[in-house]
Amino acid sequence: MATKTKEPEAASERIPPMQRLLDNPFLLLFLGVTMPTVLYLMWGLMEITQIPIAE
Amino acid sequence: MSIAESHSGIIGGIAARFRTCPATGLQIDLAAERLIKANAVAAVVFLLVGGVFGLLVALTRWPAVHLLPADMFYLVLTAHGLDVLLLWILFFEMAVLYFASAVLLNCRLAAPRFAWLAFILMLVGGVLTNIAVLQGDSSVMFTSYVPMQASPNFYLGLILFAVGALIGCLVFLGTLVIAKEEKTYEGSIPLVTFGALTACIIAIFTIASGAIILIPTWLWSLGYISHIDTLMYKLIWWGMGHSSQQINVAAHVAVWYAIAAITVGAKPLSEKVSRTAFLMYILFLQLASAHHLLVEPGISAEWKVFNTSYAMYLAVLGSLIHGMTVPGAIEAAQRRNGFVNGAFEWLRKAPWGNPAFAGMFLSLVLFGFLGGISGVVLGTEQINILMHNTLYVPGHFHATVVAGTTLAFMALTYLVLPLIFQRKVILPGLAKWQPYLFAIGVSGISLFMMGAGTLGVSRRHWDITFSDAALSFDYPSAAFLMLGLNGLSAILAAVGGGLYIVITVGSLLFGEKVTADNVVEALGPMPTRKVSEAVKEYGNAGTFHLPGTYILVAVFFTAFVLYYFVNWKYVSDLWPMG
Repeated sequence: MATKTKEPEAASERIPPMQRLLDNPFLLLFLGVTMPTVLYLMWGLMEITQIPIAE
Repeated sequence: MSIAESHSGIIGGIAARFRTCPATGLQIDLAAERLIKANAVAAVVFLLVGGVFGLLVALTRWPAVHLLPADMFYLVLTAHGLDVLLLWILFFEMAVLYFASAVLLNCRLAAPRFAWLAFILMLVGGVLTNIAVLQGDSSVMFTSYVPMQASPNFYLGLILFAVGALIGCLVFLGTLVIAKEEKTYEGSIPLVTFGALTACIIAIFTIASGAIILIPTWLWSLGYISHIDTLMYKLIWWGMGHSSQQINVAAHVAVWYAIAAITVGAKPLSEKVSRTAFLMYILFLQLASAHHLLVEPGISAEWKVFNTSYAMYLAVLGSLIHGMTVPGAIEAAQRRNGFVNGAFEWLRKAPWGNPAFAGMFLSLVLFGFLGGISGVVLGTEQINILMHNTLYVPGHFHATVVAGTTLAFMALTYLVLPLIFQRKVILPGLAKWQPYLFAIGVSGISLFMMGAGTLGVSRRHWDITFSDAALSFDYPSAAFLMLGLNGLSAILAAVGGGLYIVITVGSLLFGEKVTADNVVEALGPMPTRKVSEAVKEYGNAGTFHLPGTYILVAVFFTAFVLYYFVNWKYVSDLWPMG
């Protein structure tokens, strides 16, 4: 009985995770919008809204 | 045979008309080609308008000339920033996006009608904002800080322009999807397209920030909203204002790779490393917007230091990588072309007579030495205080946006004219000198404004003699010298910029038609008489034997370290310890 083995071509086509990230424009878009939105805009806005109003 | 001959093709069930470029072998979608032409022409028109305004600004800042009265100075300064920082560059970037997607990926452009809608919105928005400024009641400068209020059309024009640019970005992303679906390329997209994708992603964040702040500000100018918080405005506006210049950085780095690939056959030293450097831009470059808020009270030191001195440096690392890999890729290619003697034969025998190559390399050097180093200094909270809101800031961004981006885009034009417009460049003798003239002029503008800023000259002041001020103040006489030299440099840059306009427009109107027989010759002097395919392929240079590049990088780092620590010395003089 023939055993089913993994074809060498398929094994060599495994794409590293970093390559998959770089080849996925929409994942990059998500990261490129989320990072500055959270770290620059939202964090900054939270700090500004906590400034007490002058009396 | 004319290269304008076209044929129809059906890809993915949608018919499109293509022509085959005999220089590159690429199938060029004629709809994409028309859009590239329209956006490039609009860009050049706004460069002309904005450049004239820029010369007027410099001649007014020159104390001995002091050309314009105060109200006209601020009007012209507003129009200058708007036309060159936003309109010239974003129109050209749209052309770059369509070129890097439809042309380099060998496929049809997604939704050309939406791309035309984008173009029309951008054009109408740009013209509307210009009219609002020229009417004289919107001299709020490019930053348009509240509570200064412009006319509603000023904000409306910017909003329309931003919506158009956003649609253009979506067309670019759609074209990537089409190319992948229709398998017009194998493996990963070319590095130049990846750079354009980086620019597109930064543009989407930029436009979103613009929409968040400009729509309420427009409503405020119409009277529907009573108050806009000034600090909140600054924070969000700089998410647009500074990030819009980061689009340029990503785009012009992509242009460097493209020109190096086309003219000398340069392949990246490592595709993975160059792409990782672009990834650092995607993740961290926009955070540098924070350096404009480093002296604002009310925002914590943690926010300031994280966004500038930590995260921003990761983006700087990306620029340092590109700064090494672009000349490294050129050296590797030139050595492959036979220039193997000594450390610098590859550089001496580079095609310096080709304005595309010369402009690209000058852009690279000036961006790194002037714009890059000064950018790190401005992004460091402690030493930023030395020159925050002084003329040093425009000095810095003239190095990045004018010497870096504008010069790179000018250089690319010398390839776009024969490849896309199918016209030979007229006046080749003058075209050869144009990048050098412009680069020398812009370097002077940048250096002398940074010099004046280091001496404390305020960035937006009409009259540094304070002739009509109730309280007088005397700047050092060296500051007057700096502004005089800035004026002379601006004249030189204007001559270089004017030459670019004359050559570009003249080539469109009177340039000899490019045919399959002369298309490669029309691209200017190159080491090999063929266009390299490196621009559209994935692949590494395959060598790290780059002695010349290592020496250049060592020179750069020495200058970087010296200048950085000189500024810390200045801070210690400002705040003596003990």
